[in-house]
Amino acid sequence: MRRDRRDRRNKRDLEIMDLEEDTRRTGKRRPHARNVEFAVVTYAFLLLFISLCAYFVYFVSFQSEDFINHPSNARLSKLSDTVIRGNITTKDGVVVAKSEIKGEKEVRVYPKGRTYAHVVGYNSNGMAGVELERNFQLLRSHSFFLTRIANDLANKKSQGDTVVTTLDSKLQETAYNGIGSYQGAAVAIDPDTGAILAMVSKPDFDPNTVASSWKSLSSGDNSSSVLLNRATQGLYPPGSTFKMVTALSYLQNGGKMSDTFSCSGALSNNGYTIHCYGGEVHGQQDLTQAFGNSCNVAFATAGLSLEKGELKETAERLLFNRELPTTLSNVKKSSFTLDGVEDKALVMQTSIGQGNTLVTPLHMAVIASAAANNGTVKTVHDIDHIENDNGNLVKSFDHKNSETIMTKEEAKRLRIMMRYVVTNGTGRRLNVSKYRAYGKTGTAEYSSNKRQSHSWFVGFAKKGKKKIAVAVVMEGAGSGSAYAVPLAGRMFDTYLGE
Amino acid sequence: MIHLITEIVRLLLIIMIAVYTYDSFKALRSNTSERVANRLYRKQTTIVYLTVFCSGLVLYLHTNDQRVIAITAAQSVLFALAMLIYKQIYEYANKPLINNMCMLLAISFLILTRLRIDHAIRQLFMAAAALLITCVIPLLIEKLKLWKRLTYFYAVVGILALGAVAVLGRETYGAKINIKLGPVLLQPSEFVKILLVFFIACMLYQRTDLHQVVITGIITAIMILILVASKDLGSALIFFVTFLVMVYVATQRPIYLLAGLSMMAAASVAGYFLFSHVRTRVLAWKDPLAVVNDQGYQICQSLFAIGTGGWFGSGLFQGMPQKIPVVTTDFVFSAISEELGALFALSMIFICISNFLMFFNIAMQIRDQFYKLIALGLGTVYGIQVFTTLGGVTKFIPSTGVTLPLVSYGGSSILSTMILFAIIQGLYKRAFSEGDLHEKRQKRQKKQKRS
Ligand SMILES: [Zn+2]
Repeated sequence: MRRDRRDRRNKRDLEIMDLEEDTRRTGKRRPHARNVEFAVVTYAFLLLFISLCAYFVYFVSFQSEDFINHPSNARLSKLSDTVIRGNITTKDGVVVAKSEIKGEKEVRVYPKGRTYAHVVGYNSNGMAGVELERNFQLLRSHSFFLTRIANDLANKKSQGDTVVTTLDSKLQETAYNGIGSYQGAAVAIDPDTGAILAMVSKPDFDPNTVASSWKSLSSGDNSSSVLLNRATQGLYPPGSTFKMVTALSYLQNGGKMSDTFSCSGALSNNGYTIHCYGGEVHGQQDLTQAFGNSCNVAFATAGLSLEKGELKETAERLLFNRELPTTLSNVKKSSFTLDGVEDKALVMQTSIGQGNTLVTPLHMAVIASAAANNGTVKTVHDIDHIENDNGNLVKSFDHKNSETIMTKEEAKRLRIMMRYVVTNGTGRRLNVSKYRAYGKTGTAEYSSNKRQSHSWFVGFAKKGKKKIAVAVVMEGAGSGSAYAVPLAGRMFDTYLGE
Repeated sequence: MIHLITEIVRLLLIIMIAVYTYDSFKALRSNTSERVANRLYRKQTTIVYLTVFCSGLVLYLHTNDQRVIAITAAQSVLFALAMLIYKQIYEYANKPLINNMCMLLAISFLILTRLRIDHAIRQLFMAAAALLITCVIPLLIEKLKLWKRLTYFYAVVGILALGAVAVLGRETYGAKINIKLGPVLLQPSEFVKILLVFFIACMLYQRTDLHQVVITGIITAIMILILVASKDLGSALIFFVTFLVMVYVATQRPIYLLAGLSMMAAASVAGYFLFSHVRTRVLAWKDPLAVVNDQGYQICQSLFAIGTGGWFGSGLFQGMPQKIPVVTTDFVFSAISEELGALFALSMIFICISNFLMFFNIAMQIRDQFYKLIALGLGTVYGIQVFTTLGGVTKFIPSTGVTLPLVSYGGSSILSTMILFAIIQGLYKRAFSEGDLHEKRQKRQKKQKRS
């Protein structure tokens, strides 16, 4: 009897939910069927809910990383209660940061010391570099689960995951030793992938003693700003390397490779005079020859021929005044401010890379890699993958995004000019048979004293399918061909083989 | 050892709620056979109790507090009582809705015990009181005939209550929401929402001409303006959407919907330029990390929690949900997502969605226009509230500061939501008394006998 009643009740539960049937019935019987309106409202709400859920899934899967790794996120420090901070290695397996247990304390050790100081960073005083950017992953453990359970029962910490960078240890050593005692930066990128192969900034510091020497490292009167990563945050006048931008703008706005320029060693306009480097007179040259000779007169002429805003448009297409496509945080934007054509002196200066333009070495390397890669820039990144303590892959990074900053044809023309620099121009030291090098030298004046200038080289080299793009700047070293070019050459030698 | 148990329970809770949620959608389907449906409800009930016990165990191991045992026991009794009242005493109760109510309450007690045990205890008392108060509502809805005649009573009480808050209310986070009445802190807008639904239903169930719609609109506008003056923008939004949906369905004229939506858009733009607190919210929504230490503080803390917890959560007591401001009320979802996992949180959203669908489903079945509109209005109130609170804490939309029904801490919130659920149960009961469904059932039975 009781069972019967319950069955009946359940039956009703089901029937009341019989949506379809009801629609048919009321549709027939009642002239004012309510179901159209109900359907509209129901689907509108469902749409809202589904987009909320989709967004939530998207946030947790992709967007949350920015929040997780943010320095204001207090949660990360708690992870170190159960995990030993993981290692950081180069792509070829050299350990550059690890944690050692000394008694009760966990000590962070950097076996390679100063060589990786800026790129790997440090794990104290607010952190920096890979230590900061991958803080979360270093504090996660994907050890074999039985090991983790055993550790848990024994109240022991588990080993954190290893962050494998894209750095090449030999190349990093070469770049580090090559800058020597100069201040400046060297950065190398694989143009095909956007992977950073080496990144050095000087002056440097010993990451092993950051905590104890923090006061002197960070003090305001430290004029050389040791902690600043000059490769990503140093803003330099580009000098003649900017002629890559002027040349592209000239070509984009009606100029031809075959146009000729005549150089008498100096050019005057509106009472301002510009000279070629070292008092040279270059005579008649086409654009490629002018580029190879780094002729100031020719490029000032080209710059003056451009209409208002044209040079700026090219510069901004080449990522000036914009965020670089990169996973690295704290990368400064290069700035290009020239807009008008009225101030002839400023136009001439800007066209040859003086004026108010400022660039980061990383940005120049990105432009070189675009030239090497038919105009396309891949997302610049310094992490290859994350693995657990046994070397099993935990997470790989997919940097499929790319941005085209010049056309294929423009990249080809830029390559022709950059190759001429190596075969006939200021970069002849790189004209070797073991690989094919391209580039542009620069000597950037940064004070009224003409003898004080930064030595620049921006370019790339390839051997078979292997490519490397570099940007080197050595502060106050003088002419690009004398200092920056030999370092770039050693980097090419190291990476592409002797 | 404690850590290991925490880890196991963490995964267990995710699996259980996922199964539960899947079943609650299966229960929405019309073609489930009766035996299967029954098995479904029993399985759901079991999961509710298992969730209570598993989480109780972990909470006790971490706190070593006797009160946790008391809370766990009291909860079980409360749920048993709720199920007894609605499943046994009331002949026609909607079982999935009861199960969902218990499940959401279980999640609430679980996270409140984790966050602030004194809040959990108070919430438990409030829920018990609310259950006893609201258990007569289905009966009143079914038997009393006066609901249709109190039109202006609803309006006057509603306006007075909201006006009292605007004048006498206490200011919290820039908005006046609460009013102190002796020892209790009351949040009238939670109850006035329900009054509004009754008022609009009274106005529109017989006549839906322009005159009637305009009067309804004026009264609703007065309420909304008072809420805007109190800076309670979340409630203002809920009131407006409810009005819009009810007018649209009652009149069957899409023009009202379109006009209303464009008015809402215009009002949002005007609000943005007129009020600095609106701009602050929008600023924090657009790029919270840029203003992480001022306007974006709340939302960033919420997203740090959700993000760091990840899909599987940190496990109970392994996260830092106490870093989130107003975590037991507006941001309770973030704490749940952090420690129990985004998968768990997502399942919870789906439980709320299934509630919403059930409300609308019931509304569609009712023949009497008045009660149909009531069910529709309450379903809308519930749906829009769930959407604005969850959208706000996940940064899908700018945050408006409303609570998550049944899960957030707060006496007014829990009492008003349980009233809402009880009214729906009453309407469900009515749907049978209307006779229509009896008829339908008999037809079905005949059909079955034949086959
Ligand atoms: Zn010249």
